[in-house]
Amino acid sequence: MATKKLKVKKASTPKIIEETKPRLSTISTVHGENYKTFLTEKYKNRKKWQEPDPKKFYSQIPGTVIKVYVEEGQEVKEGELMMILESMKMKNRIYFLDNGIVKKIYVNENERIPKGHLMVELK
Amino acid sequence: MSLKRKILELQKKREKVLQGGGEKAIEKQVAMGKLTARERIITLLDEDSFHEYDLFVEHEARDFNMDKKTLHGDGVIIGTGTIYGAPICIYAQDFTVAGGSLGLMHARKITKIMDHAMKMRVPIIGINDSGGARIQEGVNSLAGYGEIFYRNTTASGVIPQISVILGPCAGGAVYSPALTDFVFVVDKISKMFITGPEVIKTVLGEEISMEALGGARVHSEKTGNAHFFAESEIECFDQIKKLITYIPWNNSKKALPFEVKAPKIDQYKIDEIVPGNPKEPYDVRDVVRAITDDSDFFEIQELWAANIVIGFGRLDGQTVGFVCNQPLVLAGVLDVDSSDKAARFIRYCDAFDIPLVTLVDLPGYLPGVDQEHAGVIRHGAKILYAYSEATVPKITVILRKAYGGGYIAMNSRHLNADFVFAWPGAEIAVMGPEGAANIIFRKEIMEAEDPEKMRKQKVKEYKEKFANPYVAAAKGYVDSVIEPEETRKLLLHAIEVSMNKVDAKPNKKHGIPPF
Repeated sequence: MATKKLKVKKASTPKIIEETKPRLSTISTVHGENYKTFLTEKYKNRKKWQEPDPKKFYSQIPGTVIKVYVEEGQEVKEGELMMILESMKMKNRIYFLDNGIVKKIYVNENERIPKGHLMVELK
Repeated sequence: MSLKRKILELQKKREKVLQGGGEKAIEKQVAMGKLTARERIITLLDEDSFHEYDLFVEHEARDFNMDKKTLHGDGVIIGTGTIYGAPICIYAQDFTVAGGSLGLMHARKITKIMDHAMKMRVPIIGINDSGGARIQEGVNSLAGYGEIFYRNTTASGVIPQISVILGPCAGGAVYSPALTDFVFVVDKISKMFITGPEVIKTVLGEEISMEALGGARVHSEKTGNAHFFAESEIECFDQIKKLITYIPWNNSKKALPFEVKAPKIDQYKIDEIVPGNPKEPYDVRDVVRAITDDSDFFEIQELWAANIVIGFGRLDGQTVGFVCNQPLVLAGVLDVDSSDKAARFIRYCDAFDIPLVTLVDLPGYLPGVDQEHAGVIRHGAKILYAYSEATVPKITVILRKAYGGGYIAMNSRHLNADFVFAWPGAEIAVMGPEGAANIIFRKEIMEAEDPEKMRKQKVKEYKEKFANPYVAAAKGYVDSVIEPEETRKLLLHAIEVSMNKVDAKPNKKHGIPPF
């Protein structure tokens, strides 16, 4: 049964399967039991979770860096203004959420950055 | 002037307006591989059944030299007609007239036909093909969208609302389809997004084509915004016509019964489809086809969240909604998307008095950080809510596995199912045998001389004792353990005896479902 050939031409066959070539994988579900099944693209492309690094600051919204208030090597405190990121017609103030010394600034003024872009790293 | 001359005058006026945006614009439309708005309506509806209204409506905009422009019908066609004899209200945006842009009078025409559909209690079909708001009309076009959304919401659950995306549908315009029951898209023609490629390029500097951003495939496979995907407009119209045969005209009527036909049991042998080993996959749609009239199953959202299967079939000529776990994809687990997909369909069937049949075979909810962080608690709750809330006849058949939270969620007795049947191979348990044995017999396994041997033995013990339908049947959670071949007969009977079902719920304005 498991190796039953899939009818690809029929409209009722999911295209996901048609495109990934019928090959069964196993999926590990609750309590480590493994089931033979097809995987969706979304499942295959899911992001592995990573522990967030409190010393690295990423953009929460896409926008344009208007002004950076710190320099590399400068000591900063939690709550200090890092930069102004203009986004959605709003000049957003970005603050540090940790103490430390600025190790590297990854953005330039007037630079347009996407969401999730590394902006500043602390030591 | 004699009446004859006046008739001639009318004919001339009509002829002029019927040209829409004129020859050049029509040529462009055809070059894009699209039918014109009027062709679409005529193709979709029964022959000679379409009657158009508001043909002579004109816009009133004055700013930006708009007063010098004539826009025939203000870029939208409205009217009534029939599909297989069923009365229908319909509107189609005419892209050849000012890009089908929505101004005040354009919106007034749409809301007029929507109001008409509500009064007459008949389905409304909207064909979307529009560049968006008519900027020259400013806030008036925004008002128009808002008035359409309001009506979509009011009509929701009263009359079927069908949206057909046959061109661009961008910005605020997307929210009318999003509020309707079924959205139809056509490959390479439909485009839907809130912010288009140009805005994304300006804001993000990212370049993406309309097709990759919000094409028919994207909405059918990735976002779940579309319910039916077609390769061509003609195929799309066939899908709409087929859908119309399955659904009632409004929420106080039943869908029209169909000629009764037996399932094709030579092609779909119901006792040979499901493998005995619960870890082996199969296509649950074959089980559906082994049950339904003429083995016909009309699947909805087949390309999105394929780990759950939803759609319509008929039992003795009557429309039934099917919700089934699909072991073929992601082992048939419930997750964020599949819960969302099933819950909305259950609510649709409940609103339109369509009995629900649930076929169960799932290991539970999908584990993973991505699922937890995507809100599987909130989304998973939708399916519990939808089943518990539904008062239509609700019948469950447990085909094989029904473990843990998945068992509860899939229309269990505990959520007030009317009938719960189980096949003899059903495993109704708190979790799979391996996981359960590992927890219950942890000590024995750890302390054994050969832990692996002990583990295997305990798993076997657990399987024999609990991996069956009889523990649940002994408590009355399962009404009857049945042979696969008895399924259709029992479903027919269950629906027949549920015809006058009364499930009185406490009075309330409305519940607060987890959306």
